[in-house]
Amino acid sequence: MTQLTFAPPPPNTEATETLRAEVRAFLDVELAHMTPRQRAQSWSGRDPAFSKKMAERGWLGMTWPKKYGGHERSALERYVVLEEMLAAGAPVGAHWIADRQSAPSILRFGTEEQKQFFVPKIARGDLFFCIGMSEPDSGSDLAATRTRATAVEGGFKVNGTKVWTSGAHVAHYMILFCRTDAKSDDRHGGVSQFIVDMKTPGIKISPIYDLSHEHHFNEVVFEDMFLPTSALLGNQGDGWKQVTGELAYERSGPDRFLSTFTLLIEGFAMLGENVDDRAKIALGRIVAHLMTLRRMSRSIAGMLQRGEDPAVHAAIVKELGTSLEQEMVEVLRLIVDAEPDGGADNPYVAVLAHTIMHAPSFSLRGGTREILRGMIARGLGLR
Amino acid sequence: MSETTDLIRDMAEKLFGDACEKSVLAAAENGQFQTGLWQEITDAGLAGALLPESAGGSDLAIEDALAALRISASRAAPVPLAETMLAGWLASSSLAVPEGPLTIAPASNGAPLTLKKSTSGWRLDGVAKRVPFARNAAAILVLAEADGANMVARVDPKICALTHGRNLAMEPRDDVTFACDLGAGDVAPASNHVNAETLRAFGAAMRANQIAGALSRALEITLQYANERVQFGKPIAKFQAIQHNLAMLAAHSAAANAAADMAAEAAANDMNLLPIAAAKARCGEAASVGAGIAHQTHGAIGFTREHMLHYFTKRLWSWRDEFGKESDWSLIIGRAAAKAGPKKLWSDIVTA
Ligand SMILES: Cc1cc2nc3c(=O)[nH]c(=O)nc-3n(C[C@H](O)[C@H](O)[C@H](O)COP(=O)(O)OP(=O)(O)OC[C@H]3O[C@@H](n4cnc5c(N)ncnc54)[C@H](O)[C@@H]3O)c2cc1C
Repeated sequence: MTQLTFAPPPPNTEATETLRAEVRAFLDVELAHMTPRQRAQSWSGRDPAFSKKMAERGWLGMTWPKKYGGHERSALERYVVLEEMLAAGAPVGAHWIADRQSAPSILRFGTEEQKQFFVPKIARGDLFFCIGMSEPDSGSDLAATRTRATAVEGGFKVNGTKVWTSGAHVAHYMILFCRTDAKSDDRHGGVSQFIVDMKTPGIKISPIYDLSHEHHFNEVVFEDMFLPTSALLGNQGDGWKQVTGELAYERSGPDRFLSTFTLLIEGFAMLGENVDDRAKIALGRIVAHLMTLRRMSRSIAGMLQRGEDPAVHAAIVKELGTSLEQEMVEVLRLIVDAEPDGGADNPYVAVLAHTIMHAPSFSLRGGTREILRGMIARGLGLR
Repeated sequence: MSETTDLIRDMAEKLFGDACEKSVLAAAENGQFQTGLWQEITDAGLAGALLPESAGGSDLAIEDALAALRISASRAAPVPLAETMLAGWLASSSLAVPEGPLTIAPASNGAPLTLKKSTSGWRLDGVAKRVPFARNAAAILVLAEADGANMVARVDPKICALTHGRNLAMEPRDDVTFACDLGAGDVAPASNHVNAETLRAFGAAMRANQIAGALSRALEITLQYANERVQFGKPIAKFQAIQHNLAMLAAHSAAANAAADMAAEAAANDMNLLPIAAAKARCGEAASVGAGIAHQTHGAIGFTREHMLHYFTKRLWSWRDEFGKESDWSLIIGRAAAKAGPKKLWSDIVTA
């Protein structure tokens, strides 16, 4: 059958549940001061000091080789830490990208020197990364990238513009996706990835404020920026293959269905003990979806552990997960009698406002809904 | 996955794949019980899947039994396999069951049946609504309380009054009126783990697995059709709008199958209620969305009696309601969550 099935996830072990208890005890202390409104930021909320504390516990770089500062734990143990962080609304944003995709890419494609230089620092919570993929004229159509790295003596000279670069203003490095060679018949050829120090001369970072007036993403302009050859990640011209691998990491985790969990908790708390049956049905349905998604997502952790390629499975989880996140807002709106107000003291009302205004991005960032459906269709052999 | 599991799956794929031809499905819709198919199922040891070996059963692991059931549903096998498995689980080693298809009562909500000691044995009264395949069953295994204890009674449907009914797939769903005197040996105490709640939960776990099977097949049929049907000079599968719909059908089918796995594990794990509740609610929703996309993709041909699709979509539309629809199970989850309070929501999701 042409089916996309999710194998049973690896079972919980004593190790995973001991770890879970440790993480919860840690979060009870470390998040005590955070308001629901702050927790609602989920993995967009950043606190480098918190990232450092996680690193000290060994909760960054959990699955990487010890040789590079990792902890050689299982994909499922890493999953436990991620989901506990997200469910609690921990401010994991500073290290999120570096831990989720940058270091794994460096470990897969980097030189020995790059691995030794970057990976241990990321595992220590000392280096944060951003993603330089999107451009003004290249969004979903990533292969249309115009930023160009031209070979010069000793390296490359880069010109072009990236946009929507989350955290570019606070990250230490970017993994840059750009064109290195002329367009060929293969539209996916001639592109490469570089590891870029954000302090390199020739980079100009300007804020782009989102509709909540918040500053998360940026425009990043490169003007004759010089990169040494040693900044190349992987092989020149292999950028497309590499970036698709990176995107699978970006899409497969619990961050794609737990980023609105604070809203669910606060809505529930607001209803109080006398929740009527209609509300219980609505909440129960959301929980049923979450339990199923969690199983599917843990199944992907098993695939990663076995070295399988989860790209299509990840697309399914992200598409179902972000749809649920967006729907959750609508469901809660209808069963809780309150109007959203970002400045309100009432935690639910403030979290609702936050979530409504961020919900559109869930099905854009990390690949749009339409692109993901296209990937699933390809997995079904339709394209 | 164990070797036995693989063997059972392969055997079931072959058995149901060969046996459930269109003529068989059509004849069943016309009200003919499929004795030939049932004999094959019995010979393969699937009818007695959940009966202990001492009672002549094959004592399969619950997960294996549900895997075979899911495969039977992926061929729309028009027989009471789920019900016979449930009856075997109810009877266990305490009551002998006759050869032939079996069913259980109650299968849906309603006034409880009353079971009382009588001078000659037992007296059973009451009405059980929409009992699957009651008219075809060699025995109905009835769960009822007597003096606060859960008892299982074995009843011959011939001594009951049946009002025939059918679900959308034309599977018998009969109202059974019990006014029966039963012998002392027809009633036995239920096993420890058997009660009204676990019976309903197990029924829901079965329907969740059946939905997963039928939805997988609906996806398969729909993919094939979309690749073959040509409009505007190309297969409709080449249109992006169609591709996106099929992607969602596949996503819901994948979710239903994951949820059905979750239900099977939970059923094997002491009939753990919350995962089964979540699975039935999730599968029910997948059935609705999935059946809709399958029909939309087929155009008018899928709306005909001739086409195979309806054997699956009508089962999806029926099974989503049976043993509790999405709102029933969501309510159970919501109640548990409300009782525990918002602070415990996450840990309950993880522990469930
Ligand atoms: C909050 C947020 C943070 C982000 N952070 C980063 C970041 O850190 N780094 C980074 O590189 N990017 C980032 N992005 C950008 C994100 O990856 C892009 O928004 C996304 O890839 C879509 O590109 P676009 O916005 O240019 O939309 P477009 O590609 O122009 O799409 C517009 C619409 O057309 C649809 N569409 C496009 N192509 C097709 C097609 N072939 N078939 C059908 N429909 C199609 C899209 O689905 C969408 O609905 C971020 C975006 C957001 C919202």
